[in-house]
Amino acid sequence: MAALHFHNVTLGYDRHPAVHHLSGEVAPGALVAVIGPNGAGKSTLLRGIVGILKPLDGSIHLGGLDARDIAYLPQSAEIDRSFPISVFDFVGTGLWRGTGLFGGIGKAAREKILRAIASVGLNGFENRPIGTLSGGQMQRVLFARVLLQDASLIVLDEPFNAIDGKTTADLLALVKLWHGEGRTVLAALHDMEMVRNHFSETLVLARGPVAWGPTAEVLTPENLMVAMRMCEAFDDSAAACGEDGRSQAA
Amino acid sequence: MVYDALIGPFTEFEFMRRALAAVIALSLAGAPIGVFLMLRRMSLVGDAMAHAILPGAAVGFLLSGLNLFAMTAGGLIAGFAVAILAGVVARSTGLKEDASLATFYLASLALGVTIVSIKGTNIDLLHVLFGNILAMDDQTLLVVAFNATVTLLVLAVIYRPLVIESVDPLFLRTVSRAGGPAHLAFLALVVINLVNGFQALGTLLAVGLMILPAGIARFWSRDLTAMICIAVIAAAVAGYAGLVLSFQTRVPSGPAIILVATVLYIISVLFGRVGGIVRQLFPGRHLEA
Repeated sequence: MAALHFHNVTLGYDRHPAVHHLSGEVAPGALVAVIGPNGAGKSTLLRGIVGILKPLDGSIHLGGLDARDIAYLPQSAEIDRSFPISVFDFVGTGLWRGTGLFGGIGKAAREKILRAIASVGLNGFENRPIGTLSGGQMQRVLFARVLLQDASLIVLDEPFNAIDGKTTADLLALVKLWHGEGRTVLAALHDMEMVRNHFSETLVLARGPVAWGPTAEVLTPENLMVAMRMCEAFDDSAAACGEDGRSQAA
Repeated sequence: MVYDALIGPFTEFEFMRRALAAVIALSLAGAPIGVFLMLRRMSLVGDAMAHAILPGAAVGFLLSGLNLFAMTAGGLIAGFAVAILAGVVARSTGLKEDASLATFYLASLALGVTIVSIKGTNIDLLHVLFGNILAMDDQTLLVVAFNATVTLLVLAVIYRPLVIESVDPLFLRTVSRAGGPAHLAFLALVVINLVNGFQALGTLLAVGLMILPAGIARFWSRDLTAMICIAVIAAAVAGYAGLVLSFQTRVPSGPAIILVATVLYIISVLFGRVGGIVRQLFPGRHLEA
């Protein structure tokens, strides 16, 4: 059974599609890169997958997964960095699935949190307030939380934006570790070199699917050109969309 | 001498003991709520809600005079009604919630003062607007203590989702549906504590014992637990010192309490360990690492 199944999905805002008529499957354990220019609908698609955005049309099936089996790392998290919370407590929220509203953080859980913080290279940062971290350190913290969520589907929205080479390498190693553990990983990315070298499957998106398949076959200059030429603006006078994807007189 | 000034009033007069107990109960429950109001950038929402309570309390006053049960019930009803109405208007019209709250609270204040002045005297009006903690009877004290207990229990239940929703609302939405109910429960706690403070400090100052201690705490710690503790202590100290000040100088008790809290706030702004002005002006030599 597929980890993710898109059935003619259209996602968007105010009836305007941002991702138009996407169909396809993601196999369990796949490592999928979602690429496309700004405004191509990458974030919209990921928001649809994690259930924050309801499809305008079509459906997304999660292959029996619960919303709690998904770990989602948004592009610009609405995190209030001025809130007085320590790295330890913040990363610890990743254990929500186990602790819920009242569950205590016992010795085993504390160990787990400390290990997660250590594995993103932030030893000694446990008691620092998150407001004092740099952008790269905050991204490491967010990865540590994803690590604790122990999710079978991991959705990362441009996780390496504005991050230096060392941090990118460290975090990419984590992504590959998750892949090795059989988790399904989807990541919206811009770095073609990284996609080519590390991601086996690629979806090229430009307000709709341009190509989807093994990276070597999909990442062609032609496909990228098609994606680049995509029109970004919503057409305010657009007609209602017909079933076949072509415009219909309203 | 010092004993006479600082402890004497409380051993000598029962109304002072009751007032002290009330102000401590208010501090225990109100200050943590205030910390969350501040951290969620809702300080002024709390202020607006405080005004919104007035017409309800005024109707209670109209029906049964200065009966604190009736006024409390009226205040609770009005507070919840305005909180929900403002939310509905904001959600259904796209008007920002603060703007719609501002409208509601101005209307409520005007309505409340009108209702009180229909039946009552200027003294009654002063009582409603600024409270009178020294006039508290046993029953009222019990109500205040009960509300404070409920507040602490509910806060314990919603603490975790409330914290996570304050830091990273999107994350909470992806792992749990507790965010919405927690937010509503929190708003309910705000109303309950405003009504509570209303007994002691009146509609106009009720929010003072919530927000000012929170502001003070922010200058002394970066840790949430510590901030809550500091806020509670600051509120209790302001309450106690305000009562003594009021007793010795005949200043009205509500304003005296808030004035003491203000003095503590100014001291914190100047000398606070976290972001205090003096600390910023004279940070000391930079560290090695």
